Amino acid sequence: MRVLEEGRGELYGWMHPDDARRWMMENKPRGLVDKRMNMSEAVAKFTRDGDYFAMGGFGHIRFSMAGIYEMIRQGRKGLCMAAKTGVHDVDVLVASGVVDRVECAYAFGHELRGLSPAGRRRVESGQVKVVGEISNAGFQWRFKAAAMGLPWMPARVMLGTDTLRHSSSKVAEDPWTWLPITLLPACYPDFVFIHVHRCDRYGNCQIDGTTIEDVDLARAAKRLIVTTEKLIDEEEVRAHPDRTVIPHVSVDAVVEVPYGSHPGNMPGLYYSDEEHMAEWLRLSRSDEGVEEYLDRYVRGVKEFSEYVELVGGEEKMEYLRRLEHLEVPLDAPWARRG
Amino acid sequence: MGEEGLALEYNTTELMACVASRVLENGKSVFVGTGLPIIATMLAQRLHAPELLIVFEAGGLGPKLPTIPISVGDSRTFYKGVMAASMDYVMGMAQQGLVDYGFLGAAQIDKYGNLNTTVIGDYGSPKVRLPGSGGANDVGSLCTRTIILMRHDRLRFMNKLDFLTTPGYLTGPGAREAAGLPADTGPYRVITQLGVMGFDEETREMSLLSVHPGVTPEQVQENTSFKLHVGGEVAVTEPPSPEELRLLREEIDPAGIVIGR
Repeated sequence: MRVLEEGRGELYGWMHPDDARRWMMENKPRGLVDKRMNMSEAVAKFTRDGDYFAMGGFGHIRFSMAGIYEMIRQGRKGLCMAAKTGVHDVDVLVASGVVDRVECAYAFGHELRGLSPAGRRRVESGQVKVVGEISNAGFQWRFKAAAMGLPWMPARVMLGTDTLRHSSSKVAEDPWTWLPITLLPACYPDFVFIHVHRCDRYGNCQIDGTTIEDVDLARAAKRLIVTTEKLIDEEEVRAHPDRTVIPHVSVDAVVEVPYGSHPGNMPGLYYSDEEHMAEWLRLSRSDEGVEEYLDRYVRGVKEFSEYVELVGGEEKMEYLRRLEHLEVPLDAPWARRG
Repeated sequence: MGEEGLALEYNTTELMACVASRVLENGKSVFVGTGLPIIATMLAQRLHAPELLIVFEAGGLGPKLPTIPISVGDSRTFYKGVMAASMDYVMGMAQQGLVDYGFLGAAQIDKYGNLNTTVIGDYGSPKVRLPGSGGANDVGSLCTRTIILMRHDRLRFMNKLDFLTTPGYLTGPGAREAAGLPADTGPYRVITQLGVMGFDEETREMSLLSVHPGVTPEQVQENTSFKLHVGGEVAVTEPPSPEELRLLREEIDPAGIVIGR
């Protein structure tokens, strides 16, 4: 196979498929092991300074904010993030100094809310380094290659662009069509957080709504910490095995964290908290504001349940539930003019 | 003359939403991004294209969009949908040829419809760091026809992009195919606050199709760093209808989050 072009982005997360097999064989539990633990234990045990990692969900949708806050509390540093669709997750992690390198499909933006002041400030000042570019499908299929135990996955994206030239992918001549095709290197993050609706003590997970990249990402993760809105019995899993999207064999830790995706959306349960997002976007315009935010909501509390009380407790959560179910209109303070 | 004969007031964002919505056909599929594309798609779904298959990159398939999603991955994107799938699934659909249209935005565009959403300035020490490709490169690579929505001025419509994030026609006729991109794909329309552009069949260079009411072809050219093709008479864009404006303001974006009223 003739290689036509090589991206000059740094290669993160790749493993020889035989090394990956060995890692999976030695580390992933096939038997039923009770993996319940608290957040601080999970972060202490499975995340390390300097690791390359990814967050499940979609940047501010069904993502493990509880895991992010705990990494900040434990002072993790020097991490490189696979910003598959990084939104609020990468913004807070970059602003707090946990992440200093980013492999970027999407980062430094807040979708409809605009650009991320903190993320942009850090990257434009050189405090945070972008180690490579990639597209969303590119990341998805890097994880798919890992999920299948393959060294790479072919795809027809990024061809002919600077995105490819700054990625860790290669372009080769496809031996079937003789056309150039992108070869996406398999990606095995050191650890991954995925937030789910329900799972049992062994880590058999159910997700309501879109699974985004998480089915492949869970299988690609060297270590997978699952945070869940609710713990369910094994019997409930076995009554509906078709509902399991991540089986226990991929999972290393199970942490029960109700509202663990706040201030993001948790489909079916609660919509995003735009009042809180607006506060973050306002405070994160300056480094002092970031510190103020972290002191108040992260370092100033011991655990996530305390934070939930601080942002409005059950009353706020009930409002977000009604917003999710379209029972009240959306009020977005960041969209107000004048 | 009845009330319909009076000139309606509208802003350029509303006009762009209407023009984009009219491109979408019933019974086709469209890959939708944050903001204006969602507004245009919701308008099409409520007017002439009730069976438009709406596709979101996080896996939302065929929703009846009840209100503007904040994210292309939030729960609105599969509200009353036909499937809550995955990114793998919908990107695979696009690669298979099942997505007819795709929306894109950009900070910079060149005459071949190549787009930049990565950096302004030097890549190593950017003046402005933008979000990067996200799903844009995938949409621009895999959807059959892309529709680009963006502001029109000389700094954005430029000769040499600071970074080529998403492929248009690359370096001209045949370049997409030579690069290995799917055959018969590429940019179809560019819709701005000044007019509507297409791409010349032979040269693959951007050409002016219509100017918005009150705008001249000369003004469009003045706001473009490269030479725009003008073939024959340039049409004037049909302004928003009362029904289009009513839907936009009362049903789709009553808070004015995107259309800004």
